[in-house]
Formats: sequence, C-alpha cells, structure tokens
Amino acid sequence: MLNPLKSIYAKSEPARAYSLLSPALILVTLVMLIPLTLMLSFSFFTQTSFTEIDYSFTVQRYIDFFQKNLLVSLLIKSIKISFLVTLITLLTAYPVCYYIAFYVKKNKMLWLVLLTLPFWTSYLLRVFSWKIILGTKGVINSSLINVGLLNEPLTFLMYSETAVIITLTHAWAAFALLPLYVSLDKIDFSLIEAGRDLGLSRFEVFWKITLPLSLPGIIGAILIIFIPTVGDYVTPALLGGTDGRMLSNMIQGYFGKINNIPLGAASATIMLFTVAIVTMAVSYSTKKLSQRMS
Amino acid sequence: MNNSFIQIHEISKHFGSVRAVDNVSFQIHEGEFFSLLGPSGCGKTTLLRLLAGFEFPTNGKLLLDGIDITSLPPDKRPTNMVFQNYAIFPHINVEKNIQFGLRKLGLSKEEIEKRVKDVLSLVKLEGYEERFSSQLSGGQRQRVALARALVRQPKVLLLDEPLGALDKKLRDEMQLELRSLQKEIGITFVFVTHDQQEAISMSDRVAVMSEGKIQQLSAPNELYKNPQNIFVSDFIGETNFLKASTKAQDGEHINVSIENLGEFKIKNNLNISENSFDVVCSIRPEAMKIDTVKSDWDICLEGKIRQTSYLGEMTKFYVETKELEKIITVSSQHFDNQSFKNNDCFISISLEDISLLNKK
Repeated sequence: MLNPLKSIYAKSEPARAYSLLSPALILVTLVMLIPLTLMLSFSFFTQTSFTEIDYSFTVQRYIDFFQKNLLVSLLIKSIKISFLVTLITLLTAYPVCYYIAFYVKKNKMLWLVLLTLPFWTSYLLRVFSWKIILGTKGVINSSLINVGLLNEPLTFLMYSETAVIITLTHAWAAFALLPLYVSLDKIDFSLIEAGRDLGLSRFEVFWKITLPLSLPGIIGAILIIFIPTVGDYVTPALLGGTDGRMLSNMIQGYFGKINNIPLGAASATIMLFTVAIVTMAVSYSTKKLSQRMS
Repeated sequence: MNNSFIQIHEISKHFGSVRAVDNVSFQIHEGEFFSLLGPSGCGKTTLLRLLAGFEFPTNGKLLLDGIDITSLPPDKRPTNMVFQNYAIFPHINVEKNIQFGLRKLGLSKEEIEKRVKDVLSLVKLEGYEERFSSQLSGGQRQRVALARALVRQPKVLLLDEPLGALDKKLRDEMQLELRSLQKEIGITFVFVTHDQQEAISMSDRVAVMSEGKIQQLSAPNELYKNPQNIFVSDFIGETNFLKASTKAQDGEHINVSIENLGEFKIKNNLNISENSFDVVCSIRPEAMKIDTVKSDWDICLEGKIRQTSYLGEMTKFYVETKELEKIITVSSQHFDNQSFKNNDCFISISLEDISLLNKK
C-alpha cells in the first residue's frame, strides 16, 4: 500500500511538474518578483527628505521623469547606443557565422570556442583592457603618434559614446554569435543550391532564402544584445565620461548619492517598459519584413 | 533525336586526393531516361552535380545541346534538379515554391499563373497551393520538388535519388508515374540511384558506376544478360561466380576449365582467343534448378542445403556441394525446408546459362 502522498504524486502530472520547478520558482520569487514589486511600489512614493519617504500613492515621479529633459535625453541616448551596438554586432557576427555554418567543414566547434575565447575572462577585465587600448596614452593613440600619423592623441576614443559602443559591441558579440550560428547552421545547404538551380544569383538567394530562414537567429541576437546593453552601467561609468553616460548611471545615482529612490524606481520602471516595447516592435517588424520579402 | 544531346567528355573531378569522377566520357540522348547507378561513393552524385553546376570539373568538358556548359553557374544552365531531400523552401507555400524559378524568366503574370496551374495538374497536386512543406507528406513533397523543377521547362531534368526517402509501395507507384511523366513531356531525365531494380525498371539506358568510372553503359536487359565484368554482374541482381581458365577455342565456343568441376564447352561471349586465360563464370540463381532427384542437365551436383530464406513468391537456397563451397539458387516451386530429406538436394546447371566475365 502506497502512502497517500506518494500516490497523489504518482498520479498527478502537475504535482510532479511543480515539484521539479519549485527550486527555480522559489528563486525567481525571491530575487525577481519581490524586488520588482518593491521597485514598482517605490515608484509611486515620494522622497520627502534625505532619510524619509512619504508612502502615499502618487504618479508624480513619472511626471517628473518626463519633465526632466536630462532623463528623457539619457533614455533616448541609451536606446541609441544599444541600437548601434546591436547593429554593429549583427553586421560583424553574421558573416562570421555564415562562414562557419556553410564553409567550415571540420572542427566547427573549435571555431566557435576560439571565437568565444575572449569571453572566458571577466566582463570587468575586458572593459579595463579597452581602457588600455583606447586611452589617451593607450595602444591606439601611442602607436599612431609613434608612427607619425598623429601629432595629438584622438580624444573621441576615450570617455565618449564611441568608447561605450566599441566596448559593449565587443563584450556582447559572443552572445550574438551563438543564436546566429545555430539558425544558419540549421539551414539545409541544398535549399541554397535549389535557389541557384532555379535561376537566382548568389545575392538573390541570400535575400530570398538565407536571410529569411535565419531570421529567428537574428531576432534572438537582437534581443540578447539589446536588452542587457540598454541597462548596462559598468561600461558607461568606466569609459563613457560625461558624453557616454546612460540612463542606468543616473538610476544608480538616484539609488545612491542623489538618494531619490522613488524617482530612481520610476526611471527604472520606464526603462523596463521601453525595452519591452522596443523588443516587441523589433520582433514584430522583422517578421512582417520577412513576410514581405518572400 | 539528338544522340549527343549531353556530351560528357573526359570529365574528372578530384576532391583532394580522392578521384570522385575519373576521366569519364559518354553521351546522353535527347529525350531519354538515363540512369547513373552505383553504390554510395561511386561518383554518381558528383557527376550529377557537375551537370547541375554545383561542382566544376577538374578536367574535361561538358556540352549540352552543342553548347559548352563546363563553367556555367547553375543559374545559367538549362537544367533543373530534384534534390534528394526535395529542398522545398520551408518559409513559403507550395505555389510560391513553384513560382520561385519563374521570376527570372521574364514571363507575364498570366503565363506564370498558367504554367503553375498546368504543372500542378501534371503532378496531381491541385488544391495544395497554400500548403507549406511541413504540411505535406513525403510523396507530396516529392511532387512539389518535381513541379518546381519542371515548371521552368528545362532541357534536362536531374534527379538525385528522389525516391530514396519514400516507403516501398509509394516508391513503386512513383517509379511508374515518373516514367510515364517523362514519356509525356519528353524531357531528358538523368536519374541517380543506388537501387538497381529502380534503375532497371525505369531507364532507357543505365550507366553502372564504381570508383569514379563507368563500368558498363547499356540498356537494362543488356546489363542483366550480358554484364561486362564481375562488378556489374554482382551489382545487377545476384549471381554465382566460379573461377575458371580458358582452354582450346572453337569458333563461337570455348573450352573452359572450371575449378573443381572440370572442362566444359561454353559460349565465348568475351571473344577470348588466348589459352590459360583466367576468367570468371557467372550463373544466375534463377537459371539453376534445385530438386530432390537427379536430372539429366549438363551439370548435376549433389549438395546439402545450408540455409533457406523464404521470399514469398520464391524461396532462396544456399547450398554446399562437394565441388563448390556456396551456391545460391532460387526456386518458385513449392519447395521449403521440409521438402528435402536431410537437406539433401540436386543442383542442375545448363551450359548455355554460364557466361564468361573478365576477371577485373
């Protein structure tokens, strides 16, 4: 005779499913759901003094956000930087993945491992390395000056938007490689041959067959890069200077030195929704585009 | 009819040190159903891909209808291919798949519609225009691939083992259908297969390939009746090989000493004139007779049945005799395991069923 608990467990699929999910569910509740709810709640409060918060409900913080030109422009800049990072990553990673998927016959895995090799070091270390490369007395500037091509160091390289874009692109490229590679590798090469056989040039075959079929990978790569880079604050804090500052640096400030937790929470919430809208728009429009292409 | 419609002239294709196709020359007639037959790795698919333009030959020349196509890319050749896995574009529906190859032909909208409609009825796929590849069965996909290639009205249709993925019954149906379709539209078909039965039953002519070379090119019945070497004889159907060497020659006949059996006078189908020339004698299993009693045939051997396999319409026997280690024979009579007492049997052979093969 089974004990009752055991027999319920044996009969009920949901019971088994939830027990398998429970470690993850508990973790997500503790580190995601509760903090997010708290953040959302705080965005409706008011900071009255340095230490005190008025807990009565108000949407004033959201109005504040859109009345502060600085915050709105930082939001736009964050999106712009992320957009450029995503675009550059796609344009550089796609051909590499295409090459590995279709032209590398042996040791594809080795290629992928080698490409992701730089990403085995910590993110922070890589950011600092870019500091060494891009700095006023860094690798690029000193070499160019030594060779005699420059008299003065290029200042736009460091503590600028350019520095943030370069660093973020490099930092996230590996994450774009994998979805792109997987989607391209899945394409049966005979489809490409069939396209050529049916009278299309290489270029036309790419537009009509390869690109539409690799779209899931492209969307995956866009989301995987865009979402984390919009909110990145380490790279802009270390390499951005004033020019390359992003909204996340400001949010950090509100929770720290500036100490306006409700406004910080409201900014973070706005950013969350912006990212959600942008990603939805991206997936929707790419899908529409691919339908029109074929 | 143009008998040198496709001219394959001293074509070789090397992949590194591998000679996939090794100095091959032959011609394909206009409007014929031509098969390239051979085991995997024999170079048949490479040869087809050379014709399609997916590979370019290391040496040699390809002419189609008098035009040198050796270095033309696939999109510039008047050939179309039915791929082994059909290669139907998964992101567009059947109708768009079929229209795909018509974009570049500069046809009017009405002409495109008409052609698509006609080809769909030709392959019996009316009503499937809106379906996607994932919503089709294997046989239907095969028809789509066929329609997509035929709609361009190519001079040559190349087929790369198109029936390999279908189940036996459907494959038999499609064989008949492909054959009648080819007759109906009159396009030259070049068909690649490893299935000898398929090649023999469908083709006007068959080229048997092995190790990058053509072993024999002839009509299907010739391949079976008069194989030119051991490879072809072994590959087309099943046969028994007996070692032998030639003795005195006498007009159309030749005296041959068959190992362990003695000397016999048989037809000199190889026109051998030398003595002591090593050859192989081949006897088809169905040409022999297996029985419980002795016969008065030219050769009658007493043997023991070592194994039988029941094939429905016939039974296959593996027999060992004093003289020969292993003989394969078939019988459509109602013999089975129980018919032979102690597995004792008699194998009878008629001399006219023995053919000589070059030892190569």
